[in-house]
Parts: sequence; C-alpha cells; structure tokens
Amino acid sequence: MTTQTVVPVLEAKGLTKRYGRVVAIDGSDLELMPGEILAVIGDNGAGKSSLIKALSGAVIPDSGEIRLDGEPVAFRNPMEARAAGIETVYQTLAVAPGLDIADNLFLGREQRRAGPLGSVFRMLDRKHMRSEAARHMSELGVATLQNIGQAVESLSGGQRQAVAVARAAAFGSKLVILDEPTAALGVKESNRVLQLIRDVRDRGLPVILISHNMPHVFEIADRIHIQRLGRRIAVITPSSHSMSDAVAIMTGAAPAPDSTGYPQDEG
Amino acid sequence: MSTSTGASTAADFDVRRHDSFGLRLQHALHANPVLGPLAVLILAIIAFSIVNTRFFAAANLSLVLLQVTVIATLALGQTMIILTAGIDLSAGAIAVFSSILMAQFCVKAGMPAVLALLLGFACGTAMGALNGMLVTRIKLPPFIVTLGTLTIFFSLNSVVSNSETVRGTDMPSLMTWTGEAIAIGNFQLSYGSIIMLLLFGFFFYALSRTAWGKHVYATGDDVEAARLAGIRTGRVLFSVYTVAGLLYAVGGWILIGRLASASPNVGTEYNLDSITAVVLGGTSLFGGRGGVIGTLIGALIVGVFRNGLQLAGVEVVWQGFAIGTLVLVAVSLDQWIRKVKG
Repeated sequence: MTTQTVVPVLEAKGLTKRYGRVVAIDGSDLELMPGEILAVIGDNGAGKSSLIKALSGAVIPDSGEIRLDGEPVAFRNPMEARAAGIETVYQTLAVAPGLDIADNLFLGREQRRAGPLGSVFRMLDRKHMRSEAARHMSELGVATLQNIGQAVESLSGGQRQAVAVARAAAFGSKLVILDEPTAALGVKESNRVLQLIRDVRDRGLPVILISHNMPHVFEIADRIHIQRLGRRIAVITPSSHSMSDAVAIMTGAAPAPDSTGYPQDEG
Repeated sequence: MSTSTGASTAADFDVRRHDSFGLRLQHALHANPVLGPLAVLILAIIAFSIVNTRFFAAANLSLVLLQVTVIATLALGQTMIILTAGIDLSAGAIAVFSSILMAQFCVKAGMPAVLALLLGFACGTAMGALNGMLVTRIKLPPFIVTLGTLTIFFSLNSVVSNSETVRGTDMPSLMTWTGEAIAIGNFQLSYGSIIMLLLFGFFFYALSRTAWGKHVYATGDDVEAARLAGIRTGRVLFSVYTVAGLLYAVGGWILIGRLASASPNVGTEYNLDSITAVVLGGTSLFGGRGGVIGTLIGALIVGVFRNGLQLAGVEVVWQGFAIGTLVLVAVSLDQWIRKVKG
C-alpha cells in the first residue's frame, strides 16, 4: 500500500507531438520513480527521441502533461528544464573539445570571483571551478584523469562521456537523462560508463537511459519502458522478461504484456 | 646472433625516438599554439639581424612596430571572429570607412574632435553589428556576408569622401594624435602602438579569464555542443562581430595618425592582411583554437619579414611570395596539429 503513495519524480501523461502529418508521439505516458534507472527502448521511429526531447525541453509537446515531483511543468526550452533540475546528456555529448575538463563541466554555468574582480572585471574563479570539477569527477570514481586542466579532445570516448555524465550529475538536482551513452564506446569503456550510471543512481539521482543496446539495458535498468508507434506499450523489468521478449514486444512480434512493471503492480 | 639482436634493438630504438619526437612536438604545439609562431618570429629576427646589422637597431625595430600597428589592431578583431569559425573580409573596409567618417565629421560637419571620434567608433560598431546580424539572424555564411558588406563599405567610402583625401593638417590634433610617439632612447613608441598593445592585453584577459571568452571558444569549437550546453551562441556571435567592428574603427583612427591623412584609396590589402596575421599566429580557421597573443606575433612576423627582406636587399615583389609561403606552412601545420591523438 505504501508504494502506491510514492510520487514519481517525473511523470508524463498523454504527450502528443506532430510534425505536419507525421505523429511522432501519440499520447505517450512515462513515469520515473525515485532512485531508479528507467530504460527507454523502442524501434527507430517509435518516438523515443521526441519523447525525451519533450521531457528535456528541446521540443514543446502539442498536448499532454508533464509533472515534476507532482507539480505540473511546461518547458519552453532546454534551459528551463535544466533550471528545474533535469540534466540531459545528448548523444552528441555537448562538450567543447578544445576546452579543458573544468571549463567543460562549468560550460554555460561559469562561476566568477567574489567581489569587484568578479562583478566589475567578470573574472572567472578558475581555482574554485577546478577544485569543484576535480571533486565531482572523483566522487563519481573517475580518478583516472590525470589533469583537470586537460583538453577534452585529448580524452578517450569513454572519458569524454564521463565528463558529460559528471556534469549532468553535478548540476542535475532531480534527474538525469542519458541518450545512447554507450553507443560509440568499446566494451571496456562501456562497462566503465555503465558503472558510472549506477553510481549516479546510487547517489540518489534517478536516471532515464535511452539505449539500443539490449545487454546494457538489461544489465543496469530497474525498469524498461517500451515505446512503439508513438506510445508506451509496456513497462517490464529485467527479471520479468527476457531480452528476446523485449525485442518481440518492441517490434510488435509479441503482444504487450499486462504487467506494467510499476512497483505498485508487483506482488 | 647477439650482434643482429643488438642492431635491431638499436634500429627500433631509433625509430621510436624519432616518432616520439614528432609526437612530442605535435603535443607541445597542440597545448601551446603560440610556440610555433614565436619560434618563427625569433628565428626571423636572428636571421635578419645577421644579414643586415641595421635590422636590430632600435630605430628600425620601432619602425617595424609602427608598420604593423594598424594591421595588428584589425587582426585582433579578426582573431575573435575566426575563433568562432567565422571570417571577416570587411575588416579593412570598416577601418577605412570609419577613418573617412571621423575626418568628414570634423572637417565637413565641423564637429568637435572627441564627438567625431566617438561617432566614428559608433559607426564602426554598427557596421560590425550589421555583419553580426546577417550572420546570426539571416544565418548567412560569414564569408558571403562580409564579402557583400566589404563591397558596400568600399563603395560608400568613395561616396562619403567624394574620393578626396582629407589631410591631417586640416584635422584637429586629436585625430592624428595616434601618429605621435614617445621616445625611449632611439625607440619611437607611437600612441597608436600603445593603444593597440593595451587592446591586446584587454582582449587576452576577456578571452582567457571571463565566461564570455570561454563561450567564444566553445561556440567556435562546436556550435551545436555549445548551444546544448546552454550557451546562447547567436548572442556570442553577434557580440564578436560587433566588438570587432569597434576595434576596426579604432584601427581607422590609428590609420589616420599613421598616414597623417584620411584617404579612401588605402587599405584594400588590409582585409586579407589581417587574416594573414591571424593565421600566422596559429589561430585555426576552423575555429575554437588560437588566441590574440599569437595574432600579435603573427602581425609582427609579417612586419619583420617585409622589413627584413627589404634591408636584405630582396626586391619588394618577393615579400609577398615569402609571406604567402609562410601562410601555407602555417595552415599545413595547423592541420597536422589538429590531428593530435590523446
């Protein structure tokens, strides 16, 4: 009974988005519970990315409702979603390769020196930003980076991903959305990033993970949201269904199960 | 057996050392883009001093600085635009047009010098802002935008000036003040050069120590990534073109002092020369890499080569050949540096 009173961190109801005659999302729902990793899977064109963009403010839905901690919200741009505590790591990473790790972590959120040096001369507090960046990176167990003043372009793909995830975790107060974080990575680096995602969740920040990679999804997701033809047709858990079940539901080869995978439906 | 093993390890060692030297050089240049241009400048100064001892005389060195002051000022604005992966072909046109306007405001409209100067700065800023608006609002490529405005500004030049040169002696002394100099021994340091150096100091600070500077680099590096990180890239680009316009106008003021006149018939080569200085200074035409200190060095390289070749008795026509070659070397070097791997 108590589980039913848990308010989702993020809840979307009946989201719709059309582009001309194309319906990208067709009354889709989504719930993200506190402290969980919710994977969103679906075939190409199922409306995954439109759904995620609506949640992160990059797309304004035509209709439907989004609630953050139970309060209705309407984002007009990604900055508003970010201000509300939703951080998104885009597939393109959104890091500036020429800038160093600390600069990237604080990109668009730079901190100035106190006093007239900051207010009049607009001087950045580089020392503080560097020590904060080092703290955030080590909190997530990314201690392999030798130098926080290292340009991001000199890092490997996995390390860059770690910088992007660390930035999201450092500034996201409600949740983090990760779009295909392991798509471009090798096996070893993928595992490292998956562990990073677990660390983010274990620090209390729920995660929405968009991925095509079924083994990765089944390895770390608490629940799996399956999107098909612009709607959520099922929510399963890695323990209730197999990978092939998930693929079958996703492609329409198998009917969607009745179980929705919600905590309140279990037991 | 043992000798052959010994030989092969020695060979391996040699190859490895050779590779690592190239790699280390690549990394060093990657981390400090100023190193290459600085080495070229120092070597050029040493070489030209050996060829002709008059080169290193204080009087000659101050002449070199004087000769590059206008180009360096324009190249400062150009640097910031190129850092955003843009280009400004209208830099010289804005500078010359601003100088004509200032002179005309004084002489024809009879305005006080300070007012004419400020109005000239405002006009240059507005011309830069026009470039910025066309780039950010209409989303035209900077090359096309500034090619258009270059042609427009040069044509307006002739209209406003009536194709006449205003002599410095007809202008208030403030207009030609930038051409006056203070003597440090035999070294003549012009006020124009002082203004130019102060501006370089200011923008070095703005680019490396403020959020605006970080945003300029981020925008040039990857505009989409910068936008997704929450930077208003349109605003950054607009500010860069506008600030550059103001700098070109200041360059126009320095130009009046340098020529002791305001002429519509000068400066056609300034547009490309400013780009040359930026490229020689190690700033990448692809954006996001480089800086203003490199540009100052790049402008000095041009000045040192022109002056040094002349003193070495090389015909004037070969100066362009030498500088063109340097540009190609600099751009090739940039391509190589960008391929650096972690």
